[in-house]
Amino acid sequence: MTAVEVIDLSKHFTLRDGLKRTSLKAVDRVSFDLTPGRTVALVGESGSGKSTIARMLARLEKPTSGQITVTLDDKTPVSGSMYRRHVQMVFQDPFASLNPFHSIEHHIARPLILHHRTHGRTETHQRVLEMLTRVNLKPAEDMAARRPHELSGGQRQRVAIARALAPGAQVLIADEPVSMLDVSIRLEVLNLMARLQREDNLAVLYITHDLATARHFSDEVLVMFRGRIVERGPADDVILNPQHPYTKLLALAAPDPEKAGKIVSAEAAPDRKSLDNQVTYNHYTKQWTDPAGAVLELA
Amino acid sequence: MTDLTPTTEPSIGDAPDLLSAAVSDAGFKPRSAWRALLPTLTPWLAAGLGLVGVIALFGIIGPFFVQDPTIIRNIGLTAPSGEHILGTTQTGQDVFAQLAYATRGSLEIGLLVGVLATTLSSFFGILGAYIGGFADEAFSLFSNVFLVIPGLPLVIVISGFVPRAQRGLWTIAVVLAITGWAASSRVLRAQTLSIRNRDYVSAARVTGEGPLRVIGVEILPNLLPVLASQLVFAVISAILAEAGLAFLGLGASNSSTLGTMLFYAQNGFALPLGAWWWFIPPGLIIALFGTGLSLINFSIDEIINPRLKNARLYRKRRMAALRNAS
Amino acid sequence: MTLTTPDFPRRAAPSESRPVLTVENLTVVYEVEHPVTAVRNVSLTLARGEILGLAGESGCGKTTLAYAINRLHKPPARIVDGGVVAFHDKDGTELNLLTLADEELRVFRWDKLSMVFQGAMNALNPVTNVRAQLEDVLITHRPEMTKAVRRELAASVLELVGVDRTRLKSYAHELSGGMRQRVMIAMALLLEPQVMIMDEPTTALDVVVQREILREIVRLRDELAFAVIFITHDLPLLLEISDRIAIMLEGEIVELDTATNIYNSPRHPYTKKLLGSFPSLTGERGSFIRSGVSDDRASDTRTDHS
Repeated sequence: MTAVEVIDLSKHFTLRDGLKRTSLKAVDRVSFDLTPGRTVALVGESGSGKSTIARMLARLEKPTSGQITVTLDDKTPVSGSMYRRHVQMVFQDPFASLNPFHSIEHHIARPLILHHRTHGRTETHQRVLEMLTRVNLKPAEDMAARRPHELSGGQRQRVAIARALAPGAQVLIADEPVSMLDVSIRLEVLNLMARLQREDNLAVLYITHDLATARHFSDEVLVMFRGRIVERGPADDVILNPQHPYTKLLALAAPDPEKAGKIVSAEAAPDRKSLDNQVTYNHYTKQWTDPAGAVLELA
Repeated sequence: MTDLTPTTEPSIGDAPDLLSAAVSDAGFKPRSAWRALLPTLTPWLAAGLGLVGVIALFGIIGPFFVQDPTIIRNIGLTAPSGEHILGTTQTGQDVFAQLAYATRGSLEIGLLVGVLATTLSSFFGILGAYIGGFADEAFSLFSNVFLVIPGLPLVIVISGFVPRAQRGLWTIAVVLAITGWAASSRVLRAQTLSIRNRDYVSAARVTGEGPLRVIGVEILPNLLPVLASQLVFAVISAILAEAGLAFLGLGASNSSTLGTMLFYAQNGFALPLGAWWWFIPPGLIIALFGTGLSLINFSIDEIINPRLKNARLYRKRRMAALRNAS
Repeated sequence: MTLTTPDFPRRAAPSESRPVLTVENLTVVYEVEHPVTAVRNVSLTLARGEILGLAGESGCGKTTLAYAINRLHKPPARIVDGGVVAFHDKDGTELNLLTLADEELRVFRWDKLSMVFQGAMNALNPVTNVRAQLEDVLITHRPEMTKAVRRELAASVLELVGVDRTRLKSYAHELSGGMRQRVMIAMALLLEPQVMIMDEPTTALDVVVQREILREIVRLRDELAFAVIFITHDLPLLLEISDRIAIMLEGEIVELDTATNIYNSPRHPYTKKLLGSFPSLTGERGSFIRSGVSDDRASDTRTDHS
C-alpha cells in the first residue's frame, strides 16, 4: 500500500518574447493526497495544468517548488530508485504510447525485468500472459506476439494499463486514459481500471476534462483552473452543488441529454474573464481559502 | 487565398479499428518487426536492385576475369573488336579491363565515404537531439557551419594542399566524408526530435529504462528507414563527388576509379577523336548505379511514409479494374 | 439491419416539405492493400432547415460519407457506381452531385452547399487577414459584386457569428480557437448556402466555448433556415440540438429517428450501447461501476475488438 502526498506543488515556465521574459505559472501551489483504494479526479480544460501535474508525478518534469512525498504503509518514505516501481502512468494516446516497432510481449516484459519482478525467460513470459489475461486481452498468447498497430485503441490502452501495473505499482496516474478512445469502449476500460483498483487496492489519480465520468468514476474531485485548484470535495458534492463560479460554468456547459431542446436557453453564464483562480472552495471544511491556505470570508 | 479544401482528409489511417478488422478477417498473420521494415518487391525495386547488383558484381569479381589494364600496347586508340571488347585507350590499354578495376575503385570509395559520413551525421544528429539542451544547440550549430561551407571548393583546396604522394584513397574518403555529413545530420536530428517527443519514449522513461536503452531500443529502430535512406544517398553523392574530383585531376593518386578514367579520356582527347568506347562506358556506369540506388531509395521512402504505398496500390487496383471492365 | 422511420416530424416553421438533399444507396470503398468498405449502401433525406445529427465512432464512415456527398473524397477512396446524391434547389432545379462536371461542381460548392471541416480552425491562411479571406470567397463566387458591397457583407456575416467587425483586420494567429472556428463558420455562411455540413466543428474546443458555438449555430439556423448535417461522436450534444439523428456503425446507418425518440426509446442495440456510454452529469450512474465488480460481459453488437 503506497500513498502520495503532494504539498504546494508548482511549475513555472519562462516564456521568451524577444528580450522580454514572462513567467507562466502552469501549476501554482497545488496540494492533494492519494490514498490506497481511492480515486481522485483532477478535472480541468486544456491548459489548466493537469497534464503538467501528471508529468511531475511521473518524474518526467521537475517541479519548480513544492514536494511530492511517497510513503509506504508504515510511513517509511520510498527512495528515489524505488519510485518508479510504486508510481506508474497510463498515457492519453493509445496510438502513441506503444512503440510500433516492438511486440506487446516486449512492452510488458521490460518493466517486469527492470524491476526484478521475475527471473528468467520462462517466468517472465508466464507473467506476461497472466497480466494480459488480467486486463481481458484474450487469447493472451496470440496478443503477446502482436504489434501495436494490429490492436484496436481499446486493446492498446489495456496493454498500457498492464504495462503500468507490471512493476507492481501501487499508485496509478491515468492521464485522460479514455479521451481518445471510442465512446462505447470508454466504459469498459474505466470499469477495468475500477476492478484492478479494487483488487490491488491502488491509489488512482484520474485526470480528465469530462465532468460526467469524473463524477461517476471517482471518490473525490479536484477542479483546476489556470494552474490552481479552485474547488475540491466529494465527487457528488462538487458536481451537484458547485460553489466556485468556474465549476458552475463547467457544469452548465457540459452537454446533458436531459436538457434536450434547451440549448438556446437564456441562462446567463458567468463571464470567463471575471473568474478568479486565487480562491478555493473546500467541500470538506465548507470554507473558502486563499493560495496560502488562510481562510477567507466570502459572502 | 484560404485553402477551402480540408487539411484533414479521412484516410484509412483514421480507421485503425476497421483496418485491423479487415486484416484479421483476411487471415493475416502478424509479421515480425524486422520483416515489416523491408519494402515490398515492386518492379521499381527489382530494377534498382538488379542494376546495383549487376554493377557491384562487375566491380567485385570483374577484375579477376579481365586482362591487365595497365599493359601498354602500341596499337593506339582502337575501336571495340573481338580482342578488346571495349577497344583500347590512346596508349593501347584495354578499356574493358580498366572499366572493371575502375568500377571496383568507385564502389570502394563510395561505400567507405557513405559509411563514414552516415556515422558522423548519426552521431551529431541523433545524440545531440536526444540529449537536448546545450548539447543539442552546440551540435546543431556545428553541423550548420559545416553545411554552409562550400563543399567542392573545400575539397579542391584540401586535395590540392595535400601532396600527391600522400593523396591516397583514405585521405580522399575522409575529406569527402567531412564535407558531406552535415545535410544528413539535420534530417536525422529532425527525426530524432520528433520521435523523442512521442509518448512511447516518455512511457519507456517512466517504466524506468536508462537513456542508452531508450536511444538504442526505442528510438533507433524507428529511425532505421531514414538512416538507410540517408546511407544510400551518401553513397550516391560520394561516387559522384569523387568522380568530379578525379575528373579535375584531384582524385586519389594510387587508385583508379570511374572518375579517373574520365580524366584520362578527357586528356586523351577522346571526345574530339570520337572514341566513344572510352568515355561513355564509365559515365554510363556512374549514371546506372546512381539510378539503381535512387530506385532503392524510393522503395525505402514507402516504408517511411506509408501513404505512398497506399497511393501506389490504389493506382494498381484502378488499372486492374479498368482492364477488367474493358 | 437498419431501423428507419419513413416520415420525419413536421417542424413548426418551414413552408416547404420537399427535402433539400437526398442520398440513395451510396457506397464508398477504400482501395488499399485489403479493400475496406467505409460507407455501405447509405440512404437518407435532409429536410429544408433541419438539423440532422450523424453520430458514430471512429471508423464508422461518417466523415467519408460527408466528403463523398461533396465529392471531396480523394484516392484511395472511390464511390461505387449506383449511388445517387440529389440536391433539390429551392428554385426548383435538381442536381445529381455525383455526375456534375468539374466546373459546375465548383460553382455549386460553397454557393449551395458548404462545409466546415474537422480542425478547420487550422485551415485559415496564416499570412492574410480575416477580411481578405472572407472577401476571397466573394470574389471567386460573386465576381459581379462591387468592393463596397463585398466589404459590408463580410463585416455583417462576421458579426452574425458573434465576432466583432474590428477583428476583420486580425490575422489567424491573433484569434483564439473559438474565434477561428466562428470565422470558418462565417466563411461557410457567406454565400447563404442551403445546406451546411459540419464535421466535428467543436471537438477541439473547450466545453465552454463549444456551448457558445453551438448556440450560434442553432440561432443562425433559426434566422437563415439552412439545413445542417452535424457530424460528431458526442451523442448528448446531438440530442440537445438535432431534429433527427442518424446512428452510423461500420458504414451503415443503423437507426434514424427524431432526437426525442432516440433518447427515450432507442431500438438498435448499438444505439442503446452508445447512449449508455454517456453517464448523465446530474442523473443516475448508468452502467458505470465505481467500486469495481466483474466486468466480464458477453460480446456485444459492435464487433468486439476491445
